[in-house]
Amino acid sequence: MSKQFLLDGQPVPFEEGQTILEAARAAGHYIPSLCWHKDFPPHGSCKLCVVKAAGRHVSACATPARDGSEVESNTPEMNGERRGLLQMLFVEGNHFCPSCEKSGNCELQALGYEYEMLTPRFRHFFPDRPVDASHPDVLLDFNRCIFCELCVRASRDVDGKSVFALTGRGIQKHLVVNAESGRLADTDFSKDDLAARICPVGVILHKRVGFAVPIGERKFDVATISAQTLKESP
Amino acid sequence: MTNAPSPASPELDDVLARHDHDPTRLLQILIDAQEIAGWLPAPTLTRIAAGLALPRARVEGVAGFYSFLYTRPVGRYRVLFSDNITDRMLGNAGLLDALCRKLWLEPGKTSEDGLVSVTTTSCTGLCDQGPAMLVNGRAIGQLTHRRINEIAELIRQQRPLDLWPAEYFRIDDNIRRTDALLGLDMAPGAALGAAIARGRDGWLDEMRASKLRGRGGAGFATAVKWESARNAAGSAKVVVCNADEGEPGTFKDRVLLNRYADLVFEGMSLAAWAIGASEGFLYLRGEYRYLRPQLEAVLARRRAAGLLGTAILGETGFDFDIRIHLGAGAYVCGEESALIESLEGKRGTPRIRPPFPVTKGYLGRPTAVNNVETHAKTCLIALHGGAAFAATGTAQSTGTKLLSISGDCAAPGIYEYPFGVPITRILEDCGASDTQAVQVGGAAGVCLASYEFQRHIAYEDVPTAGAFMIFDGTRDLFEVARAFVHFFAHESCGFCTPCRVGTSLLKGFMDKLADGHGAKADLNDIDWLDRLLKNASHCGLGSAAPNPVIDTLQKFRPAYERRLVSLDFKPAFDLDAALAEARQLTRRDDPGAHLKTHEESPE
Ligand SMILES: Cc1cc2nc3c(=O)[nH]c(=O)nc-3n(C[C@H](O)[C@H](O)[C@H](O)COP(=O)(O)O)c2cc1C
Ligand code: SF4
Ligand code: SF4
Ligand code: FES
Repeated sequence: MSKQFLLDGQPVPFEEGQTILEAARAAGHYIPSLCWHKDFPPHGSCKLCVVKAAGRHVSACATPARDGSEVESNTPEMNGERRGLLQMLFVEGNHFCPSCEKSGNCELQALGYEYEMLTPRFRHFFPDRPVDASHPDVLLDFNRCIFCELCVRASRDVDGKSVFALTGRGIQKHLVVNAESGRLADTDFSKDDLAARICPVGVILHKRVGFAVPIGERKFDVATISAQTLKESP
Repeated sequence: MTNAPSPASPELDDVLARHDHDPTRLLQILIDAQEIAGWLPAPTLTRIAAGLALPRARVEGVAGFYSFLYTRPVGRYRVLFSDNITDRMLGNAGLLDALCRKLWLEPGKTSEDGLVSVTTTSCTGLCDQGPAMLVNGRAIGQLTHRRINEIAELIRQQRPLDLWPAEYFRIDDNIRRTDALLGLDMAPGAALGAAIARGRDGWLDEMRASKLRGRGGAGFATAVKWESARNAAGSAKVVVCNADEGEPGTFKDRVLLNRYADLVFEGMSLAAWAIGASEGFLYLRGEYRYLRPQLEAVLARRRAAGLLGTAILGETGFDFDIRIHLGAGAYVCGEESALIESLEGKRGTPRIRPPFPVTKGYLGRPTAVNNVETHAKTCLIALHGGAAFAATGTAQSTGTKLLSISGDCAAPGIYEYPFGVPITRILEDCGASDTQAVQVGGAAGVCLASYEFQRHIAYEDVPTAGAFMIFDGTRDLFEVARAFVHFFAHESCGFCTPCRVGTSLLKGFMDKLADGHGAKADLNDIDWLDRLLKNASHCGLGSAAPNPVIDTLQKFRPAYERRLVSLDFKPAFDLDAALAEARQLTRRDDPGAHLKTHEESPE
């Protein structure tokens, strides 16, 4: 008999080694994520995928599925926590969605809609994060970084370049590029790198292609992030 | 920042060569490289990266993580005032102000001539002889205004630290009560010899019989940990002694390292014998850097005596040695997986677990991490047997515990008690009177009110890693909680969303209340944040961060009420009832929308 666990009361089959998130999505159940990517090992930092398994809060992206366990995910309690985490991500950065080129394609914004985030709830931090426009093809707007490290991992593990890294600690943590000058133009970064295409929010933006798809017709304008994600799941 | 070409630096090349150009030694290299100019200029990071064949960004990432590494110029005299609540209670703020005034300096800034910078740092582990400071890494305790005047003068005269009065740097052990461990007079090698005579299995049997539990906070059974590491696949196993001792109010490991270093190293060797490890690390917090020379001397002596190295005590195949690895100001590196990352020369970010360090630790090798006191205690077990050890303390908490006692009492210092000792007894012994509250287990621990003083120190009642801070009737428990909230916000590694943002938000709320702008709605938000931190954080730092607030809100509510603008003067202010309106507005009535009145235990 194949193994299974109960997700919000519904049976979800899984194979040994699959995480709760992978198994759930394969079975057509949405658990949100931001720092997780199917081609990389789990990161476990954003905590959007938080679920309750056997009464304990765990990251669904990093926790192996266990036979017979009961997992709560799509409940008012868990969704409330997710909304709170999204509010935290919004207030710690500078997110002015109406003027952002990523609007409509941004996973953070889409999750804000998905989890009915109507207010920021907390005071804004308004951090000072200068933009790096030095590179001929790509603009870096650090104001929107959520520290998922997908660019770090893609550049290091796939592109073989290590263009990006995080420095600082705690709320001072921030992204830096691999150059003494601190400028992207002085690295070997290329617009064709995987790292140039992987940012879930509006930090790493390609120049001269802005608004090619009009707002209103973009990925998460036409369908919610849960619907889009499940459509793309294996 | 200018893009100057990196000038040749023989000193830096020397540092790199000393560390074999080994990338896993990056943190040690950065610490040593900083000695050259007092900070780490951008070209230095570039050269280090080139010398280790690492991406420069990775080096910058590590340099930016640790509080004691500076990527901007700091004073040639770097003064860091210890800022634990106990230092605050002893008036560190006034002393810091006085020093800054004498030196015409703004706190946190470097003087224009680059001579001096003065700021604060997290608890330096000198709470029994505070207020304390670190000057260029060297500890000075018992600060007074008179001493501050002298120090200002010495700095103005640019007198080298070695020529400062020696008594400044005298650190006292202040051992007030000894029991089995602190009273032990053991010839180096005696415990190790006994364990070798029992064989590896026999030795593990004694460990099991002792029921020894970890003294670093979590209270995990040491024998179980050792057995897992021993049974884990993979050779070249590793023993790590966790001497990060960053929990505010804890200083017993400092005393063990200062006076009982042989017991600690012998304990590490006993662990190596049990699990079959060949390599050991002592992870020494940057604040205790001044202990390093004497610790190296003890290691050298033990090597010469055949207690470290190959064929220890003549036992073929028992090869083990210990290296000291310095931290650089990061509390989170006390968390064992963050500690291992730091040992590997990385940012101290806690790993995803499982896998646990016992199966995949340092460089993927099975690694047993234990606290300093845990290691020292194993000597007693090797000498007298597991049953004798288990005969003291309580059934679930065997043996004794070292407490670091500070705050409002006549005799602060180190007290060793068998587990099960009641709080009242401890307060009596250290000469505390009019005690309002005791913070047991540090900032991450539990705040006990007077009606709880009948409780006992034990894993099953009031567990503790050793901190015991006393607050008398004159203290404001809101300010105590606020100091700890500041600590956690400063020390959050920033990896996960709830802790990175949540600790800063919590700090904002506490500061708002302190400034007299608090409203009842803020208590609602504080409660909500507390719960999210506890539930969703990636490691014990984030989940313990709200403890001080949860405890003091529950037990010392008037300290908060007094600060609310919309004050509710009813004597029995019911916080949960006050949240009814918020619940109605948000249409919530689930348990998460109610304020629980529960007790929290430390990590
Ligand atoms: C944020 C944080 C800080 C910690 N700091 C320390 C520390 O300074 N020293 C220590 O021994 N354990 C510390 N721990 C506990 C360690 O993770 C680990 O449990 C301990 O070193 C294991 O040793 P033991 O079993 O001998 O107690 C800390 C844990 C957390 C979550
Ligand atoms: S730039 Fe984008 S991909 Fe990189 S860490 Fe920030 S949010 Fe993630
Ligand atoms: S809980 Fe805090 S210290 Fe722990 S991983 Fe998250 S941010 Fe880092
Ligand atoms: S998706 Fe699981 S923590 Fe980010």
